[in-house]
Amino acid sequence: MSVPQEYRYTETHEWVKVEEGGIVTVGITDYAQEQLGEVVSVELPRVGDEMQKGEVLGMVDSQKASSEVFAPVSGLVTEVNEVPDEDPAVLNTDPYDEGWLAKIEMETPDELDDLMSAEEYEEYLGNLSEEE
Amino acid sequence: MTRKTVLFDEHKRLGAKIVDFAGFFMPVSYKGINKEHVNVRTRVGIFDVSHMGELVITGPQAGEAVDHILTNAVARVKPGRAVYSPVCYPEGGIVDDMIAYKVADDNYFICVNASNTDKDYAYFKEHVKGFDCELTNRSAEFSQLAIQGPNAQALMARFFGEDTVAMRPFRHKGVTLYGKDVLLATTGYTGEQGYEVYMPNDVVLRFFRELLEKGEDLGVMPIGLGARDTLRMEMKYCLYGNDIDENTTPLEADLAWTVKLDKPDFIGKDVLVQQQQQGLKRKLVAFVLEGKGIPRHGYKCLVGDREVGVVTSGAMSPMVKKAFGLGYLTMEFTEPGSEFDIDVKGLFRTRARVVKPPIHKNV
Repeated sequence: MSVPQEYRYTETHEWVKVEEGGIVTVGITDYAQEQLGEVVSVELPRVGDEMQKGEVLGMVDSQKASSEVFAPVSGLVTEVNEVPDEDPAVLNTDPYDEGWLAKIEMETPDELDDLMSAEEYEEYLGNLSEEE
Repeated sequence: MTRKTVLFDEHKRLGAKIVDFAGFFMPVSYKGINKEHVNVRTRVGIFDVSHMGELVITGPQAGEAVDHILTNAVARVKPGRAVYSPVCYPEGGIVDDMIAYKVADDNYFICVNASNTDKDYAYFKEHVKGFDCELTNRSAEFSQLAIQGPNAQALMARFFGEDTVAMRPFRHKGVTLYGKDVLLATTGYTGEQGYEVYMPNDVVLRFFRELLEKGEDLGVMPIGLGARDTLRMEMKYCLYGNDIDENTTPLEADLAWTVKLDKPDFIGKDVLVQQQQQGLKRKLVAFVLEGKGIPRHGYKCLVGDREVGVVTSGAMSPMVKKAFGLGYLTMEFTEPGSEFDIDVKGLFRTRARVVKPPIHKNV
């Protein structure tokens, strides 16, 4: 299970990459895509949507399940990835890079402090698998 | 406690993703649901469906008992035929759906859903009372493999000979496999040409392995329950617990062809006769999405603000790459071409259009 060091993570398996100018890129983690199986459809917000932290940002569907993607931070959606529309399986093959979902201009950068570091997320995943 | 089929270790060895389904650890997929689905439509696939239940009814009045319990007519068909049928409660709701194999006038072999085997056995036990026949639950003795796809016949001929396997759909016969008696049937749940083989547990591992070995040049592949579900959905075949249950009748489920109202008597007949006379309020249809998303069991169907139905199954068609589903709609919206919206968890609405199945041929 890959967990890039430089990203931050949520308990609902979204990742956040801090870009320049108060912008973050958001996606779902390797763990999330593996739990879902083959992704067959992705629904994303529109550019210009205002998201509150914890609101539904989009949905990721596999053959077996539909899963909500929650906004990890509050802010304005400035860009959405068009690639998953044509090729939803990119979330399986490259969840941390080509399979990104949306870019958000943060309203409250302090919200980043609520997210887990890579180390914390790995520990969190470890606890999840113990519970199984 | 979750049970294992004989092939459990074999599935793990093949790298299957395992899930608990109806109390059994079953393979949901090996190489991916979409790939497996397409393989069954274009080549051939092998399914372990040993979790399914088998009930046997024998005796002088076995045929009368079966016809009293099932809504379809089984006793009057020739031995060697198979009949798909629901079983109803007196109130018209569905207990289960099944395939009944007529072996002889006094011998019927019935394959039921794994999730319902115990319930069905109890229900049959109650309702065979008064008939001179014997009912046995033989589910634990049998393993079952389904061999489905355009290359299924060529593959099966390598085991049983061309003449033996050249059968029309919904036929069956007793054959010998590794010295054991097995039931070979041209039934299935995929819409493709294919077979289902009911065999003693001690030959299934060898048969499964040899099917995969001998069928390599025919493009054979093991297929999990995930693709089994998407394959049956494209055909609009019902899955008990999703599309049919105790709250739906066979007429509502668009299974009128399996309800023989000309039979003198069967459980639920009065209610079904009444429902047919009064006209249906809703019916199960297949639909495709014009918009985004995947329809899921329980999503509401809307026309404007009016609730006109509910989704019972849905997936992305691996064949036509469009989201589609099954659902009950108010009668006025059930004609092919009718449009409605589906509410996706209150997040957005997506447009759907009623289509005549099979989805992979008509979309």
